[in-house]
Amino acid sequence: MSGSTDTRFHHDRVDLADLVAIADHEPVRRRAAGQKVGGAVILVLAGFVVAILVTNPGFDWPTVGRYLFDVSVLEGIAVTLELTIAAMSVGIVCGVVLAVLRQSGGPIPRFAATLYIWFFRGTPVLVQVLFWGFAASLFPRIGLGIPGGGFLVSWDTNEVIPIFAAAVLGLGFNEAAYVAEIVRGGLLSVPAGQSEAADALGLGRLATLRFVVLPQAMRAIIPPIGNQFISMLKMTSVVLVIGVGDLLESVTQIYSRNYRQIPLLIVASIWYLVMTTLLTLVQARLEKRFGRSLSRVGGAR
Amino acid sequence: MTDVATGPVIRAHDVHKSFGSLEVLKGIDLTVERGEVVCLLGASGSGKSTFLRCVNHLETVDRGFILVDGRLIGSDLVRGRLHEARPSVVTERRSRIGMVFQQFNLFGHMTVLENVILAPMRVKKEAREVAVERAVRLLGRVGLGNKQDSYPAHLSGGQQQRVAIARALAMEPTLMLFDEPTSALDPELVGEVLDVMRYLAASGMTMMVVTHEMGFARQVADTAVFMSEGRIVEQGPPEKVIGAPDHERTRAFLGKVL
Repeated sequence: MSGSTDTRFHHDRVDLADLVAIADHEPVRRRAAGQKVGGAVILVLAGFVVAILVTNPGFDWPTVGRYLFDVSVLEGIAVTLELTIAAMSVGIVCGVVLAVLRQSGGPIPRFAATLYIWFFRGTPVLVQVLFWGFAASLFPRIGLGIPGGGFLVSWDTNEVIPIFAAAVLGLGFNEAAYVAEIVRGGLLSVPAGQSEAADALGLGRLATLRFVVLPQAMRAIIPPIGNQFISMLKMTSVVLVIGVGDLLESVTQIYSRNYRQIPLLIVASIWYLVMTTLLTLVQARLEKRFGRSLSRVGGAR
Repeated sequence: MTDVATGPVIRAHDVHKSFGSLEVLKGIDLTVERGEVVCLLGASGSGKSTFLRCVNHLETVDRGFILVDGRLIGSDLVRGRLHEARPSVVTERRSRIGMVFQQFNLFGHMTVLENVILAPMRVKKEAREVAVERAVRLLGRVGLGNKQDSYPAHLSGGQQQRVAIARALAMEPTLMLFDEPTSALDPELVGEVLDVMRYLAASGMTMMVVTHEMGFARQVADTAVFMSEGRIVEQGPPEKVIGAPDHERTRAFLGKVL
């Protein structure tokens, strides 16, 4: 502004000749003012954290080391992984079915799917797992027969649904509600023209879904499913309440004997972190694979 | 397959269609003979695209009927009444009708070759070698023999539309429908698509084309049909309908586009 005496504003009034004459035309980069200060503060805080971790005997690192590869801990990890994979499988299969019903079924299937999602998203997973764990007290025997007329054949519920299966069903049916929403979003992300083109070529509804719509929906589905996998891995720890013998239960059983809760919870945390880190890497690779060639569908709009 | 090789390819009778309270088609009667090229002309909203989509049952007809190759397309005649046909039946019937869309609608996750062989393999259950052989021949014919391993996103609009034509031809259709095939293209790419369509018309394909390309309609069409407000206003040889129209509305439309 003319008349301003503040010299800070005069650096932009230059002679073109001066400007051309300077040797280096690459501007000196600015560093945001807060960066250095912020970095210093964080380093100091990190120092405190390390000091606490090292000096507080309560962390009891020798015990952490002793139990990190304990057999029952490793067995717990195996159970946690099995549970995660089994529950996600149930969740994905049921979720895809629910999403398709909600998308293209008649009014009754659509309502049923909506009701399912309402129920399983609306109640805590912990409660659902407890329900499955106590299913035997609700239905002591399950089998085939006429309602009200007794069983023709039946089995002891505790035998047919062992506690591991109860955990898988509890976690999986709950997961299906979330997967359904994710898959539905994925299906909606595929332009309508794609299934119209498939229709016009004479592909049936299932073939259209399988060869045209689902593969393209995957790009929108994979990242959130990856997140669900990671959160499922941690969520499996709630099955502690029905005694499945997962990682968390293994460590709680150890500390119920030796009363070293903190180091053993650290053991569990380390393993959960290792597993979620691996899953994150897998997720990144999958995203890369399904993103290939899909950069854009169709032409100008 | 029972091929009815004689008689008209399309016979539409009193076709009505509404979207909600908006009546888009108010009784369309049209016959398209074998080997005939019909261009549907008219302002946007006149119902020409909707009618085209009714022909392969992408839109359901509210009243009236359409016969393609002598067969009802979206309905069945049962005891003196028209009944909506089962989806699987519709799917089978329209597999001999090729359709080309304004937005190409190529399958984005598949290569050009995979786009062309999908329907022959999955619908006609052809062996892969058979489907690939035909696909390669068709892609050569539309001038894209060297692009079979490309993905649609890496092709120009004109190339994508030519692939879309090859994909439709792979089902060996007896009728080809074109829904504004050049409207989404940059002007310099229109010609290559029209060339392929011209070639197709010369080879005797029965075609129904919704277009704004008056030059193409004049040169290639056997019949030009002018639609306005859900009705056919005028139809006949293009030199007559485009060159010397009888109706005021046709003249008004042509005055704007020519």
